[in-house]
Amino acid sequence: MKIKNFFHIRNKVLDKEEEIKIKFNSKTRKALIFISVVLFTGFIGTYTVLEYVHSQNRIILATTTSTYDSGLLDYLLPVFERRYKITVDVISVGTGEAIVAGKNGDADVLLVHERESEDQFVEDDYGVNRACVMYNDFIIIGPTSDTAGIKNTNITGAMSKLKNAGDLGKIKFYSRGDNSGTHIKELKLWKLIGFTPDPSTDEWYYETGTGMGDTLSVTNNNKGYTLIDRGTWLSRKEKVNLIDLIYGGEILLNPYGAIAINPDKHPNVKYDHAITFISFLVSEEGQELIKDYRKEGEILFYPCFGICDQTHGCDTTNEEIKFWKNYNGGYESPPSESSLITKSFSF
Amino acid sequence: MADELLEGIIKAFILIFTFDPEIWDIMFLSIRVSGTATFLASLIGLPLGSYLGLRKFRGKKALTNLLNTFMGFPPVVMGLIIFLLLSRSGPLGELGLLYTTTAMIIAQLFLAIPIVIGTSKAAIESVDPALKETILSLGSKEYQLWWELTKESKKSIIAGVIVAFGQAISEVGAVIIVGGNIRWHTRTFTTAIVLQTRMGEFGMAIALGLVLIIITFILNYTLTHLQTKKD
Repeated sequence: MKIKNFFHIRNKVLDKEEEIKIKFNSKTRKALIFISVVLFTGFIGTYTVLEYVHSQNRIILATTTSTYDSGLLDYLLPVFERRYKITVDVISVGTGEAIVAGKNGDADVLLVHERESEDQFVEDDYGVNRACVMYNDFIIIGPTSDTAGIKNTNITGAMSKLKNAGDLGKIKFYSRGDNSGTHIKELKLWKLIGFTPDPSTDEWYYETGTGMGDTLSVTNNNKGYTLIDRGTWLSRKEKVNLIDLIYGGEILLNPYGAIAINPDKHPNVKYDHAITFISFLVSEEGQELIKDYRKEGEILFYPCFGICDQTHGCDTTNEEIKFWKNYNGGYESPPSESSLITKSFSF
Repeated sequence: MADELLEGIIKAFILIFTFDPEIWDIMFLSIRVSGTATFLASLIGLPLGSYLGLRKFRGKKALTNLLNTFMGFPPVVMGLIIFLLLSRSGPLGELGLLYTTTAMIIAQLFLAIPIVIGTSKAAIESVDPALKETILSLGSKEYQLWWELTKESKKSIIAGVIVAFGQAISEVGAVIIVGGNIRWHTRTFTTAIVLQTRMGEFGMAIALGLVLIIITFILNYTLTHLQTKKD
């Protein structure tokens, strides 16, 4: 009888314990969930505020994918940001999108390389105080076998040979097809022989609609020909099975311009910061940094502020020099001309 | 391809164990953006979805149809819509939200909400109707019924949240359009992979992909563990 009683009481106690445990567990669980929800919300709130502060104090630089992928900006910007305490957030998009970003006031400053679009942009009052910053060149690359035989031809002859080889089905040509600076230059080259390529009828002509890097990958994969900027070429040439065939000549020059967005059109843009940034690019220090940037030991971008009339026939040199000389803390003197132009391209 | 894969695996280890600051920034940013979007989507979507699941009303079938369509809404199109809304020249331009993580969270939020609503609704609806009868017959109010049924279908609901998070963190089109892939500020795993691939750095792209897979695995493991814990 006593033993039965003992077990009976013991079970009752254990049951009570269980009851309390369960109640406690579900209560703490509810509390924990509540606390974590609150903490998480606070976390979100903090970051939203932090980001708001950041976005109020930064400028957005819209540039092209080929410019960004060269690594030049990751090299230049830390110097600028340290000196002037201005954060530069770079978006690298196609030339077309960069220009639209400027038109919409989503960017504060542009660094692009399509002169006609740039001039139109300034003429339409979307941008002000354009400056020629640097230049490099384009190259036509192709398979090591050079099926179209364009090596050592002049540019017009080469475009002709490419078209003929294409029509005969012997080669493939890959275009960016995305209204980028590179694409527009490529179309100009075809215009030399009076040809406007049409991917729907010219079966040897393909439009990738992507950036230079992706286009290069496709060209490499399919042993085709393409037009590429020197920067991307230098970074990738060791890893692809293509060779450079046509280079040199004024038509293959690729000048870069920096433009500040007109604050009258978009009051929200940080015009002063944008101008400070451009002044840095054209300053002696900025131009020197550009000259010093190398890939595989080779120079990628030639600084040309103040001498762009000699490097690529620019007609705004004098007005540019005047503005930036008067701007506080900007332009000092042009880079040593001789060292640059002679290192430049054989014509 | 084999050497890129090997290079990727080695790089992945180096990046994680040397605490490369850029990869940790990318990691933290990706988890924060997708986590916040999923969290907010759950706050809004779970009550809404389970409530819709309980109720019978005219046009429920049409609503379910609409919901299912939105669950599969093309992310890049959502990105484009949010971009046009938030651009300075757009209706919400004054907020200055373009090219920020907030814009990325908004884009992922609107993609995740239909998923959470749809899955929690389906979860509640699939509870044994006999159980619903029993609870109602015990004289419980509507919100009590809702709470009990939610607890019962907890597993399926959490599964829905996991799916929403997975979709958010692997999304690339919308975040690249509204975020701009800005280094240190709006660059996620997926957008960084796009950049590295574009630059021909396939090894690094693979490394990032591997790290992303590992992180997602760990996060899913934690959520699944919560899901199957005995109560």
